[in-house]
Amino acid sequence: MSEAPAAPRTVSADISLLLKPPEPRSGWRLLPARVAAMCAVELQKLRHDRTELYTRAVQPALWLLIFGQTFTRIKAIPTHGIPYIDYLAPGIIAQSAMFIAIFYGIQIIWERDAGILNKLLVTPTPRSALTTGKAFAAGVKSLIQAVVVILIAALLGVSLTWNPLKLLGVGAIVILGSAFFSCLSMTIAGIVLSRDRLMGIGQAITMPLFFGSNALYPLSVMPGWLQAVSKVNPLSYEVDALRGLLLGTPAHLALDFAVLAVAAALGITAASSLLGRLAR
Amino acid sequence: MTAAVSCTGLTYAFGDTKAVDGLELTVEEGEVFGLLGPNGAGKTTAIRCITTLLPVPAGMIHVFGRDTAGDPMAVRRLLGYVPQQLSADANLTGRENVTLFARVFDVARKERAERVGQALAAVDLTDAADRLAGTYSGGMVRRLELAQALVSAPRLLILDEPTIGLDPIARTGVWEHINAVREATGMTVLVTTHYMDEADQYCDRVGLMHRGRVRALGTPDQLRRGLAEKRGTDTVPTLEDVFRDVAGSGLEEEGGDFRDVRSTRRTANRVG
Repeated sequence: MSEAPAAPRTVSADISLLLKPPEPRSGWRLLPARVAAMCAVELQKLRHDRTELYTRAVQPALWLLIFGQTFTRIKAIPTHGIPYIDYLAPGIIAQSAMFIAIFYGIQIIWERDAGILNKLLVTPTPRSALTTGKAFAAGVKSLIQAVVVILIAALLGVSLTWNPLKLLGVGAIVILGSAFFSCLSMTIAGIVLSRDRLMGIGQAITMPLFFGSNALYPLSVMPGWLQAVSKVNPLSYEVDALRGLLLGTPAHLALDFAVLAVAAALGITAASSLLGRLAR
Repeated sequence: MTAAVSCTGLTYAFGDTKAVDGLELTVEEGEVFGLLGPNGAGKTTAIRCITTLLPVPAGMIHVFGRDTAGDPMAVRRLLGYVPQQLSADANLTGRENVTLFARVFDVARKERAERVGQALAAVDLTDAADRLAGTYSGGMVRRLELAQALVSAPRLLILDEPTIGLDPIARTGVWEHINAVREATGMTVLVTTHYMDEADQYCDRVGLMHRGRVRALGTPDQLRRGLAEKRGTDTVPTLEDVFRDVAGSGLEEEGGDFRDVRSTRRTANRVG
């Protein structure tokens, strides 16, 4: 006797909510909602796997431990009376945040290859909101890295402020700076479209951005051409603000915030306009 | 009744190569429509145009009466999309993967957890919901992607090669879930596949696509009987026979570019 055919599968669970489309958000409420969603994903990923957090702490620790302590003893770089390691710490915070953000484009290309980006592009999310969300998600990742570097610096005896308002300012500066560098990376990703090319370009621009800033030495000791580079390099403004907030050195906080905010806005515009190329 | 999808004269070219060449296609509301064809037939490009991923340089597409070029955001709110690649994020749990899509589709916070739970339950993933998606089998990842698509209550579910690389049991499982969900929600399903047997078994209507155009359209039964009549034989041919007949001598093995094949292989490798 032949077996009776299996009954077709039915959904036995309660799916009443799945029959009703959600009420769309509109206007100004859409952007913060998307940014929060993207940032939540980054935090969830970090909660599941903290390896990246630990491995990325090694390089800044070495910079502070070896370069910072050695140059503090040599006293070769004029730092207006503060120990060189203190002077260096904000530069290393900015550097490690930038290193995370500048390779964010690789994650976007990986998401493109895995189909995740396409799926997000088919949601009711304007491309600018998606890019802003990704940029701030990179900022959150960098911020956590910055906290780790601040703790390492504190352990090495760097005299940092613990004023909560100033630390809040540090957070805002790190997020804005990372938003710009991640958008720079996403913009390049939208042009080169391949991980290998982006990796090469990322490596080619990271060190010039770092050495062409005031992260390691003050503007006054740079040759003229490097001073010009440093003045158009957003990393210099990030470092200037971090030094002012963390160490209390003279800084141009309003200008620094303004430059980083404008740079981030321009970065978001450029990256958004090229995001569609990645979907093709 | 408004058609779920209506494509008129849709044309899309990559350089000199016309991937979609004057496509005329209508998908009726509530049906499971299969778009069949080999690599390079233009299925995925057509799907990308319908989902608003690609602009529509020539022709028109309407989804439930809304123009994809004129109002892409309104169209996206009607869609659930599962791409060919395994697109769940392996570094998030199943629940987190679905929650992300609940958030980007504006599901209110007060009902988010319950809605996500219902989407996971609908595809039998409640028990695995808090495991990382990286630990899921290929079939489970496909079901998770289905849950991601369902959480926003789409009217049109678009699946691009949903069973590629899966073993026969997992393939059947995925299709059973698609059908069960369609039955329970009444949504329209547009699916692309290479597998003629799947289309024969699970699709209400199919369009056989070749070189950017639909060459034959109808229920699987209509197409098979049509070929039997044409041949004047009582033996009912398969859907593959129908496809070979409509494609004629133009059915070569050179379809699909490097990226298509790499993507297909990568998906197949990931599902094991």
